[in-house]
Amino acid sequence: MKTKVVLLGCLMTLVCAGSFAKNGDSTALHRPVPIVPADAGLKLPAGFKVQTVAENLGAARHIAVTPLGDIYVKIQSPKPGKAIAVIHGGNVKTFGTYRGTGIVIKGNYLYASSDEEVYRYKLNDKYEIINPEQPEKIVTGLINRHQHESKSLALDNAGNIYVNIGAYSNSCQTQDRAKGSKGIQGCPIRDSAAGIWQFKADKLNQSYGNGVRYASGLRNVVGLDWNNSLQQLFVMQHGRDGLYDMFPEYYTLKDGNELPAECMYALKKGDDAGWPYIYYDGIQHKKMLSPEYGGDGKKTGGDNAINPVVAFPAHMAPNGLLFYTGNQFPAKYKNGAFIAFHGSWNRQKGQKGYFVAFVPFKDGKPDGNWEIFADNFAGVGNIQSPGQAQHRPCGLAQGPDGALYVTDDVKGTVYKITYTGK
Amino acid sequence: MKKLIMTGVALSATLSFLAAQTPKKTGGNQSASRGKKVYEQYCLTCHQVDGSGVPHLNPPLIKTTFVLGDKTKLVQVILKGMQSSEPIDDEYYSNNMPPHNFLKDQEIADVLTYVRNHFGNKAAAVTASEVKAVRAKN
Repeated sequence: MKTKVVLLGCLMTLVCAGSFAKNGDSTALHRPVPIVPADAGLKLPAGFKVQTVAENLGAARHIAVTPLGDIYVKIQSPKPGKAIAVIHGGNVKTFGTYRGTGIVIKGNYLYASSDEEVYRYKLNDKYEIINPEQPEKIVTGLINRHQHESKSLALDNAGNIYVNIGAYSNSCQTQDRAKGSKGIQGCPIRDSAAGIWQFKADKLNQSYGNGVRYASGLRNVVGLDWNNSLQQLFVMQHGRDGLYDMFPEYYTLKDGNELPAECMYALKKGDDAGWPYIYYDGIQHKKMLSPEYGGDGKKTGGDNAINPVVAFPAHMAPNGLLFYTGNQFPAKYKNGAFIAFHGSWNRQKGQKGYFVAFVPFKDGKPDGNWEIFADNFAGVGNIQSPGQAQHRPCGLAQGPDGALYVTDDVKGTVYKITYTGK
Repeated sequence: MKKLIMTGVALSATLSFLAAQTPKKTGGNQSASRGKKVYEQYCLTCHQVDGSGVPHLNPPLIKTTFVLGDKTKLVQVILKGMQSSEPIDDEYYSNNMPPHNFLKDQEIADVLTYVRNHFGNKAAAVTASEVKAVRAKN
């Protein structure tokens, strides 16, 4: 045990020394992160190690790491002073009072979201928040009708921030999730939700009138990331539920379990992914007309809707997306996508997900099949209901040394995954 | 013959005595086993096979004040569904529950009896006449 701790200490020193040399900045001190010397129960490819850097943070959702290694985690909690956890050295402090899940660092600002607003906090030259109690409100008045209420964030390199506004509905029925209820023609939810909105990162009090509906027809996006090599926004959509439950005349239980695909989309301004009128069938590789709008599991639709870049198995709930730009991991990971699948509930007789997946990319396109990168977050085999999961992966971030950070919103764990080659 | 009649009388007396002693239990058990089927068809996907629900999305049915509490309120949840903006034991759940007013009184009684006596719950059975009375007030 003692040897292990000492070894880890040495390793940390080496990692820090390595980054030091690369930065060439003698004032940039890497702060040691508290290390729990355990394998944290995850299954990883050979050569990777995982450490737990924090536990019991609460519902830890998205995460951001500063160039000096401080970790900011958005906690989905309305409790006073518990909105954001900051892990600095061995200490965890919290601040802010607003429920919400989004957090991202760009330049000298940290951006975080409630379920209606986006705030930004100025950072000092050590990437510490100067005034935790008085952030600037840059976006306000976004729709929150509880379902798909979280506002996930990403920024480009041209001063824009992208905010997901999820549809407050499963499939835009007259009565949400009610068997036999038809889809509303000209779905009005799409006017103010079911898409990605673009705002200015530095303007205060913007709302719908100041923003641009950048992409529409996206039911709910929790994981999104700006791809710096392509200068393009990528998103992961949470696909619809209930095909079998509401339409047993068209879909078997197995169909309901396996449809629709959880889709990765590469977005251009003005793109429409087709919700609620269509869903993507990842087995037939077709856009299918939704049964609420006259579909029957066979009719295709959505001629003007974009196709996904990658189609994953159904209902796995992709909550985190990160394009890896670090140098620590082996070459195949460079510019590829990590996706944290929170894990399904809308399957029967066995749930799926509860892992971090990886998709290799080459020349801006997926290069080969996706694979499971980090597994066994749930800690139980053959998981039947999400309540059985001991951990569920949610947010992803890359550290300054190229380590991959993963949050868990069941127990509030923060994992740090590193490559050692051993 | 007389003996047979006597035995018959004694038997039916015994049976009716037994029935009088445990009417709720027997009725509740039958109702609960029918309710299991209703649960599997209409409730299981969201509330899960073990009644544990989905964290932050669909409420659990294990020892919550809604499940164990006032029957009228519980019947209303089935008939009218539930909007996600209403807290359950101080927790909010994001998904809406659609109305299930298409279920028959007996089916609602059965499924509620099942849920109230399953997943570690123990509460009085719900009868079809109780459901009928709540439905009539809507």
